[in-house]
Amino acid sequence: MNKENQFKFDWVILPLLAAVTVIVLWAMVSSIQGVSLPSPLKTWEASKLYILEPFAKRGELDQGILRFTWYSLVLVVKGYALALIVGTPLGFLLGVSKLFTKSLDPLIQVLRPVSPLAWLPLGLILFQKSEPAAIFTIAICAMWPTVLNTAMGVRAIPQDYLNVARVLKLSRSRTLFKILIPAALPYMFTGFRLSLGIAWLVIVAAEMLTGAPGVGGFLWQEYNSLIYEHIILCILTIGIIGFVLDRLMSLVEQRFKTA
Amino acid sequence: MSEYVLLSKLTKIYETPKGPAVIVRDFDLSIKKGEFVSLIGHSGCGKSTVLSMVAGLSEVTSGGVIIGGKEINGAGPDRGIVFQSPCLLPWLTAMENVMLGVDQVFYTAGKLERRQIAEYYLTLVGLGESLDKKPAELSQGMRQRVGIARAFSLSPKMLLLDEPFGMLDSLTRFELQQVLLELWRKDRKTALMVTHDVDEALFLSDRIVMMTNGPEAEVGEILEVPFPRPRDRKAVLEHPEYYKLREQLIGFLEERAHIRPEKKQMELHRVSMAEVPPTNLGSIDKNQTQPVELKS
Repeated sequence: MNKENQFKFDWVILPLLAAVTVIVLWAMVSSIQGVSLPSPLKTWEASKLYILEPFAKRGELDQGILRFTWYSLVLVVKGYALALIVGTPLGFLLGVSKLFTKSLDPLIQVLRPVSPLAWLPLGLILFQKSEPAAIFTIAICAMWPTVLNTAMGVRAIPQDYLNVARVLKLSRSRTLFKILIPAALPYMFTGFRLSLGIAWLVIVAAEMLTGAPGVGGFLWQEYNSLIYEHIILCILTIGIIGFVLDRLMSLVEQRFKTA
Repeated sequence: MSEYVLLSKLTKIYETPKGPAVIVRDFDLSIKKGEFVSLIGHSGCGKSTVLSMVAGLSEVTSGGVIIGGKEINGAGPDRGIVFQSPCLLPWLTAMENVMLGVDQVFYTAGKLERRQIAEYYLTLVGLGESLDKKPAELSQGMRQRVGIARAFSLSPKMLLLDEPFGMLDSLTRFELQQVLLELWRKDRKTALMVTHDVDEALFLSDRIVMMTNGPEAEVGEILEVPFPRPRDRKAVLEHPEYYKLREQLIGFLEERAHIRPEKKQMELHRVSMAEVPPTNLGSIDKNQTQPVELKS
């Protein structure tokens, strides 16, 4: 097998084979009596309209799938931006100061595993409205990888670079912008990428609970209207968008890798 | 005699769980203005510790360092340091790496003037064509050239060289020794170099300070290097004294480095029991980063 064929095999044929297998299994399960899982074909038929007219708006609760996705993305971007704005400086402080690490680390370790479903009610109490509550939830859940990776990146800065700063007597701000930030950047971007993944995970939960329009809200609404085909449509959409976001971020991440 | 740099009773003690570890004790050395002095000794003997105390990167436990009549306090750009690894910032080009220091030292000069300074030194080390290359695009030897340019461009009071060529292959090492020597000849900076390469020390220095083995390292013997300057490798190698001096250095490192100067007589009988250092002095532990090597 030559190189090109090998590539085709690895990246096209194998994944396609796996996908077909899963669809066949899905069809088999859905054909079992008493299981109300819609079959692949029925899912496609029920979803066709939403996919082929992805930006249509037929009513508040009846819109193209990408239009819903867009609402979700806007919300995610807001929450994610907040996470980065708060998380990056916090990570820097943790990386620079042992005192900060010692005092805050246990707290972070405790807060980090808390589910978005737990944060959301608190957000609703704090902000009274569903949108800021959702943003709050996204931010507080998505923040941790940025915080921890930034801190790790700052701690991992080679002593050599810090010695350069000391020998040249660079001021604090020059040390920060010329040495610390560029040196920690690759780690920071890893954190940013992981944070974006979490932000996207959280959005669905947040929309389900707040009923905000978006792909998660649509999923929950269609569940309540017993249109199960759309649940599968939403799951696939969420998965694909999440995948695309991750790819995009890893492209950015690669760009900032320093040797 | 004009003493320009004075290391007085320099001592370094680390607190360890097993009690204090004395790395260097009462290290005295004075260096004349424009003199090139090398510290030579086995890996782990504390020579790098001495250098990094002079650099201000390692805290002095007791004693002090005076440069040009002023006691040093912490690190500063008045000492140009060439580290064993070039320590370039990988996200900056060769030019930007040098400029980082130049901007800091010559902050009163105009931007163009500062650029010219950086360019001048980079050109002198032979990197005139590679100003805008990042370290990743440069060979190890070229990176070290940037390191040398950076140290000289600060127009420091003195130069500190910490095994500057230790990580290079021998051909590149010869080349860079020449580059260093030529730069040094231009403004005769007072220089202190740490090395474990006997030939390098002989080629570059006016005086070679041999250090006893650590812990509690101190000055063992001092060798004056009589070769006339400007030096040229061939002439140095053919100098009638060369092999005699070389023998003397190696003899010290092999036989006398572990003997304390004041207790020579007492310890002579222990020579055979002491660890015999490796003979291949050109290649002792090139990767050492921590000069501390404690034998408890």
